[in-house]
Amino acid sequence: MASEATLNTKDQKYFVPEPSAWPFMMTISMFVFMIGFASWLNDAEIGKYIFGIGLVMILAMSFIWFRGVVNESLGGSYRVWEDKTFRWSMSWFIFSEVMFFAAFFGALYYARVLSVPWLSGEGSEFSTNEYLWKGFEAAWPTNGPESVGGEFQTIPAWGVPFLNTIILVVSGITFEIAHHMLKEGKRGVCLAFMGLTVALGCLFLFFQAEEYILAYQQLNLTLGSGIYGSTFFMLTGFHGAHVTLGTLMLAIITLRIAKGHFKPTDDSHFAFESVGWYWHFVDVVWIGLFVFVYVV
Amino acid sequence: MKSLLRNTVLAMAAPLLLATGQARAALELNMPRGVTEITREVYGLHMLIFWICVAIGVVVFGAMIWSLIYHRHSKGAKPAQFHESTTVEIAWTLVPFLILIGMAIPAAGTLIKIEDASDADMSIKVTGYQWMWEYEYLDHDVQFFSRLDEATNQARQLKSGIDPTSVDNYLRDVDKYVVVPVDQKVRLLLASNDVIHAWWVPELSGKKDAIPGFINEMWFKAEKTGIYRGQCAELCGRGHGYMPIVVKVVTESEFEAWVNEQGGSMTTDAAEQAASGTQVASAGTTATDAAVDAPADSAAADEGEGQSSEPVQVADAGDAPADGTSEGAAGLSMDDLMAQGKKVYDGQCAACHQVDGSGMAAAGFPAMKGSPVATGDLAEHIDQILNGKGAMPPYKDTLSDEEIAAVITYERNAFGNETGDIIQPADIADAR
Amino acid sequence: MSEAHAHDHHDDHHHGPEPGIMRWIKTTNHKDLGTLYMWFSFTMFMIGGMMALVIRAELFQPGLQFVDPGFFNSMTTMHALVMIFGGVMPGFVGLANWMVPMMIGASDLALPRINNWGFWILPFAFTLLLSTLFVDGGAPAAGWTMYPPLVLQSGDSLPLLIFAVHMMGVSSITGAINIVVTILNMRAPGMTLLKMPLFVWTWLITAYLLIAVMPVLAGAVTMLLTDRYFGTSFFSAAGGGDPVMFQHIFWFFGHPEVYIMILPAFGIISMIIPVFARKTLFGYDSMVYATASIAFLSFIVWAHHMFTVGMPVAAELFFMFATMLIAVPTGVKVFNWVATMWKGSMSFETPMLFALAFVFLFTIGGFSGLMLAIVPADFQYHDSYFVVAHFHYVLVPGAVFSIMAGVYFWLPKWTGHMYDEKLGKLHFWLSTIFVNVTFFPQHFSGLAGMPRRIPDYATQFAEFNMISSIGAFGFGFSQLILLFVVIKCIRGGQPATGRVWEGARGLEWSIPSPAPYHSFETPPDVPDSEVTSAQEQHA
Ligand code: HEA
Ligand code: HEA
Ligand code: HEC
Ligand code: CUA
Ligand SMILES: [Cu+2]
Repeated sequence: MASEATLNTKDQKYFVPEPSAWPFMMTISMFVFMIGFASWLNDAEIGKYIFGIGLVMILAMSFIWFRGVVNESLGGSYRVWEDKTFRWSMSWFIFSEVMFFAAFFGALYYARVLSVPWLSGEGSEFSTNEYLWKGFEAAWPTNGPESVGGEFQTIPAWGVPFLNTIILVVSGITFEIAHHMLKEGKRGVCLAFMGLTVALGCLFLFFQAEEYILAYQQLNLTLGSGIYGSTFFMLTGFHGAHVTLGTLMLAIITLRIAKGHFKPTDDSHFAFESVGWYWHFVDVVWIGLFVFVYVV
Repeated sequence: MKSLLRNTVLAMAAPLLLATGQARAALELNMPRGVTEITREVYGLHMLIFWICVAIGVVVFGAMIWSLIYHRHSKGAKPAQFHESTTVEIAWTLVPFLILIGMAIPAAGTLIKIEDASDADMSIKVTGYQWMWEYEYLDHDVQFFSRLDEATNQARQLKSGIDPTSVDNYLRDVDKYVVVPVDQKVRLLLASNDVIHAWWVPELSGKKDAIPGFINEMWFKAEKTGIYRGQCAELCGRGHGYMPIVVKVVTESEFEAWVNEQGGSMTTDAAEQAASGTQVASAGTTATDAAVDAPADSAAADEGEGQSSEPVQVADAGDAPADGTSEGAAGLSMDDLMAQGKKVYDGQCAACHQVDGSGMAAAGFPAMKGSPVATGDLAEHIDQILNGKGAMPPYKDTLSDEEIAAVITYERNAFGNETGDIIQPADIADAR
Repeated sequence: MSEAHAHDHHDDHHHGPEPGIMRWIKTTNHKDLGTLYMWFSFTMFMIGGMMALVIRAELFQPGLQFVDPGFFNSMTTMHALVMIFGGVMPGFVGLANWMVPMMIGASDLALPRINNWGFWILPFAFTLLLSTLFVDGGAPAAGWTMYPPLVLQSGDSLPLLIFAVHMMGVSSITGAINIVVTILNMRAPGMTLLKMPLFVWTWLITAYLLIAVMPVLAGAVTMLLTDRYFGTSFFSAAGGGDPVMFQHIFWFFGHPEVYIMILPAFGIISMIIPVFARKTLFGYDSMVYATASIAFLSFIVWAHHMFTVGMPVAAELFFMFATMLIAVPTGVKVFNWVATMWKGSMSFETPMLFALAFVFLFTIGGFSGLMLAIVPADFQYHDSYFVVAHFHYVLVPGAVFSIMAGVYFWLPKWTGHMYDEKLGKLHFWLSTIFVNVTFFPQHFSGLAGMPRRIPDYATQFAEFNMISSIGAFGFGFSQLILLFVVIKCIRGGQPATGRVWEGARGLEWSIPSPAPYHSFETPPDVPDSEVTSAQEQHA
């Protein structure tokens, strides 16, 4: 692969990788993972083990694949052109993530603004309430006319969730400072701020976990708490999964900085920036969540 | 090649011409005009758009065919050089746009009319089940289930050996017709007990979905007496093709007679209230008699009922348990239970578990013969019939205690399952 | 016509294909992957087609002759899923893989390894999907639209179905990102956006649609999963949700999805007609704008699939008007094609025949689509065979014919041989006749009141169903000719020139046939003579 780089004499020549077995292995890993998950859901005992094996395989393959890409990058295979490709790709990937969250935000909107009021007889749905759910009145939060999952309480917005908002916003700022320091070549300061960002990510996750424990153990707020529980946990849960991934990525990038992968003169530190984009995206989703799930 | 092309064009044009209505007498080719003002209006809209499309088609395809014939390489045609014209582009953006506005205006008018279900003369609550319909006449205290007619049911079985053409109204007949008066605005409140169904009788109205947990409204005002047939139009599982709808439109006095015969009453008072939407009636409390049984005798035919072979009883979901069961203190005998159980089984369960109890492993329907549930723990057996499991529907709302007791007794003693267990309606009532 | 561009394709540093099966597993080459995609698509077309034949065999006469009603529903569901996600979409991605880099003068797709991944996910995703035929409770049988609560009654197939859809989503999204980035970043200098061939344009917009809606589908099926296994209440009124909510989310994906299946087709047709009419495409710019308008409108019309769920009147009116509007940009495309043919100098090789049939038959399907958009009439048409006729007209002689047209058009470029023109024409005529025999009568049975998704029907629909079934078998067997022609062409035949078709313009025609393993090592120049749009005039 390195030989490829040295042969790239003409500047416009685009890097075309050698044939590779990584993607195929990655596919197999996904396949094992999904077979395992499906059989687990179908009550097959071995399902969860296959699931676990698949998960490990996916992680291992991601590691191998990314390590390869990092090596190519360090070997100088990528130039301006490739850099642009990565930037475009990451932007479109984040756009697809936005649309994924949009589906769940859409569900929240639909339930709050449309279906719950309809169940209480609003609009042209007089009969729905009259004949099926007599006495049900629209309110939010709600677990529906049959009080699915039983009475529950919600988590107030201005406690820990607000704290978490601040944590994430601050972590976005610390990341940007780190970015700046990287460009100025102050690696020590940069590392410190990256460490801080990772720590804030972990802190967020810690509080989030505490919230979940509280919800399940004391508030009786669960995934099964009707439409409120469903939207609440799916939105915050998927967001939490993204924060986990983001924190992991931040940690890896921090290690790479420590190893001296990104040089101040070198403006192709895209790996660093893409993690930043991802982190900011996660941040923005949280703000949306905070407003629409907790506050409003 | 040329003649082939021409033939294809002709072959495609011919059915288009047929669709214009002259040939309607022979084969059903077109949307029915129906017997309500709305269906006629919709038919008109349909034909309007159809003809507009034909006209545009003639122009577009005409131009195309012209070039295919006259601008061909083999004839030595030389290609012209033009390749754009803003004027033309604007023209063929604007003209279709205007045509569309011309279509949209009458369509919107009709739509608004269709969606206005107010001021109805009477209301019927229609509930979809896998796979039958329940009708509750909200103003007349009449309630019954309507299922696929027995003759069809026999013929429709896989490899039944019965020729469908020998069965009258194959797949379009039910054991009990919906009867409504002519010239009255009938409002339907559509609900569902399990999955989404859709109520559709083309000659009376378009379709509307019956969605679990919500009620949709639709209405029609039939202008002609007669029998109109339709069927469920939303995929609702294995029996989706087998839940027909038959509406019998009768005169006012015939309707009154029918209501009385059903043990209902013509309380116009309630009718008015229902129409204005203020009546308070909830699904569970409409007290209805269990006498909707329609033994197949000569009277049944007059009423437009098919030969109903199954007793249809009312199961009141919301009622306190244990009422309405008719067994004496000593309970029902094994023979009675087995006889009734077989009827229920063949009518309700055999579709999946097969008449001989062999089930269908390939489709995931377990055999009853030697089934661990049907020969094992009784409580689990009862629970599974009441509440269903997986693809198996729950029967707590559709079968009475007595029917469930009978079918369970039957399952536990037929097909070689010699458990000797006798289950009484009271056992079911307790389990509810 | 010069075979200019003497690229040296035998630089010794060059990585050619590996030998044996590993070539296909490890390949990162866009042409290899294009080939894999095309064979995969064809295989799925066969499998989905055989399921259609099971459907048509059962519907040949009234009465239940062959299959259980539950299995029938599984066939309907799987037929659609296999055809859409396995047949048509990979077919278009395969064509994009082969042609987009050649058309814009790129060395390969922007992310070759991701490209390999996107392909190899598919066979595994379909293994998951097809394995449901053998699990407890049978294959999914709730229709390709997977409406709850019905779909939640599935047996063990449900998680497999959902994960298969997730995998297809990953494949489509990675594929789409790859194509967008290739088009935006890898064009040869001089290949400005408005000089790009229309196939590239339509794919750019299609890829954008894919990235926007596949994640929404993933979200929707995830909610099904949690409703079934983790106790959520998204689609259950008892908990405050609504089964209809699924339909909104599904169709927010589903409607753009149908344009995903037709926009690349528009691109292919726009490439073929000018070549065989020997005339520049009429109204290039307006074609681009029309494509973009269709894509935009496709996001605001989804509820036309659910007019009967009982929406507020205002919503019904809005969705009706928005849907009707789509006829305007689509009309612009049709008119432009006709204007391209007008005063051209036409010849009728197989690709052109398929393109012409496309224009005719797609328009007929479009007309019935417009009729469906009229809400009061849709109350009658909905879920009847009229709808089935509509979408098969736009999908089979629409999307599928365009893929076939593209295959005939580019086959000489891929293999270096001309295909057998006589057999190609035979394939065309048999396909065109039978496709109409199959689907035209369905308009009538639908109008007369035959609902879709039923294994058995009332006797008055017997004649039309019989005709339709005969057509389906005829159409199915005619496809064996295509298979034969392709194999024959790969194995040999009259050598093709680089230009292949008289009057063909574009970078892809400026290199030899078969196209070398790496078409462009360094970005080529884009001479005006190779620009297919009218832009050279402006330059
Ligand atoms: C390739 C796929 C494709 C394409 C391109 C289209 C194109 C269109 N479709 Fe279709 N459609 C489907 C695939 C497609 N559809 C599928 C798969 C379903 C069923 C899904 C399911 O339920 O399983 C469906 C269902 C469907 C419905 C729901 C029916 C129902 O279930 O009740 C509707 C309703 O509005 C509709 C409308 C349209 C319209 C208005 C267009 C327009 O884009 C058509 C525009 C084209 C023209 C109009 C012709 C050319 C124009 C002119 C020559 C200009 C002048 C014309 C006029 C001014 C009239 N479609
Ligand atoms: C791109 C999509 C696509 C394609 C190409 C097709 C192609 C065909 N479709 Fe399909 N169809 C859909 C998409 C598609 N369909 C969708 C979305 C639905 C709705 C599903 C739902 O309701 O959920 C549907 C539903 C549907 C129905 C309605 C089922 C029902 O409502 O119950 C019918 C019935 O006739 C049908 C028929 C056909 C036929 C005969 C073909 C033919 O064109 C197929 C021809 C191809 C072959 C036959 C295979 C190739 C040839 C061979 C393999 C050689 C022969 C060899 C042997 C037989 C050994 N389709
Ligand atoms: C829609 C098809 C269908 C109908 C109709 C149906 N069942 Fe079932 N039945 C099933 C399925 C599917 C199962 C397996 C459920 C599971 O285990 O997930 C089942 C399971 C059972 C079992 C348990 C068998 C075992 O060994 O696990 C019994 C008992 C039973 N059904 C009785 C009945 C009775 C009585 C009726 C009629 C009143 C009936 N079923 C109607 C589909 C059906
Ligand atoms: Cu009920 Cu279909
Ligand atoms: Cu649509």
